[in-house]
Amino acid sequence: MTTDHKTTDPLVIAGRSFASRLFLGTAGYPNRQVMLDAIAASGTEMVTAAIRRISLAGEEESLVDLIGDRAHFLPNTAGCQTARDAVLTAELAREALGTTWIKLEVIGDRELLYPDVEELLRATETLVAAGFTVLPYCNDDPITCRKLADAGAAAVMPLGAPIGSGLGICNPHMIETICARSAVPVVLDAGIGTASEAALAMELGCAAVLLNTAVSKANDPVRMAAAMRAGVEAGRLASRAGRIARKRHAEPSSPQLGLVGT
Amino acid sequence: MTESTAARVAVPETITVNGSAEPLAAETIAALLAARNIESGARGIAVALNGRVVPRTAWDRTTIAAGDAVEIVRARPGG
Repeated sequence: MTTDHKTTDPLVIAGRSFASRLFLGTAGYPNRQVMLDAIAASGTEMVTAAIRRISLAGEEESLVDLIGDRAHFLPNTAGCQTARDAVLTAELAREALGTTWIKLEVIGDRELLYPDVEELLRATETLVAAGFTVLPYCNDDPITCRKLADAGAAAVMPLGAPIGSGLGICNPHMIETICARSAVPVVLDAGIGTASEAALAMELGCAAVLLNTAVSKANDPVRMAAAMRAGVEAGRLASRAGRIARKRHAEPSSPQLGLVGT
Repeated sequence: MTESTAARVAVPETITVNGSAEPLAAETIAALLAARNIESGARGIAVALNGRVVPRTAWDRTTIAAGDAVEIVRARPGG
């Protein structure tokens, strides 16, 4: 018996198969146990991590030891402002975490956290040539997404709204356009605030959603993680089911004939 | 001995670790890490010397010289 109509189909990026289409960040939780519980509730199979200088004041428990075998790591180059810094950070991440996967982030402004497209493209080309599986965080711009895919990105990750803003998907039409035209999976990264927005991302055609703050800063992160899981699954199912066309007038769903009293 | 040579001798040899200058004390990357209580088997750690990653397997035999810049990083929570 097939249960295909009930479950989401696996996502494949660069030959790796994911049953969950939700990727989760590990930052900003009230404590580490809540983070682990949220990871479990989300059902995610890949979590993000940052690469930072060690603290001279002593270190807390290692993130690698905490996560263990719960999920794959997707290290990021968050905060990097040049291709050069991002490439070195990616190389350090590969050594630290033993993965060639990298969420490539090259920002052009520390307040806006908006991608610097020129540097992003340059870093993508360099890292792809060096054998990395590159998932660039990018603008919601179909041309940039196409250039990144052409440069060898394994997926493209356009922002729904500014990082951490929780504004949702500010330009759903463009996200839908990107999804319709992209040769590689589209992962909605950044901006999601609640589960309906994660569902919308999937309905627009995204292959997956990456989020962090919406879960880690929710009043109840573990419950929100479960909500995001359900939202992503619902959105994926709806996307595959195909929504009805929008009409400008009512259309009765009950039969017109045999009305009582006519 | 010229004055400038004397001045050079008097200056202690330093390296830069994570952006901060410190006296050159450790001979190798492994020794530098050991001084910070980081074992060679520590997970989630990576080191770069002058902008190039030094693989874990080479920590023992990679020597440090005055003027070198070392980055020691680890995986942390991130989005």
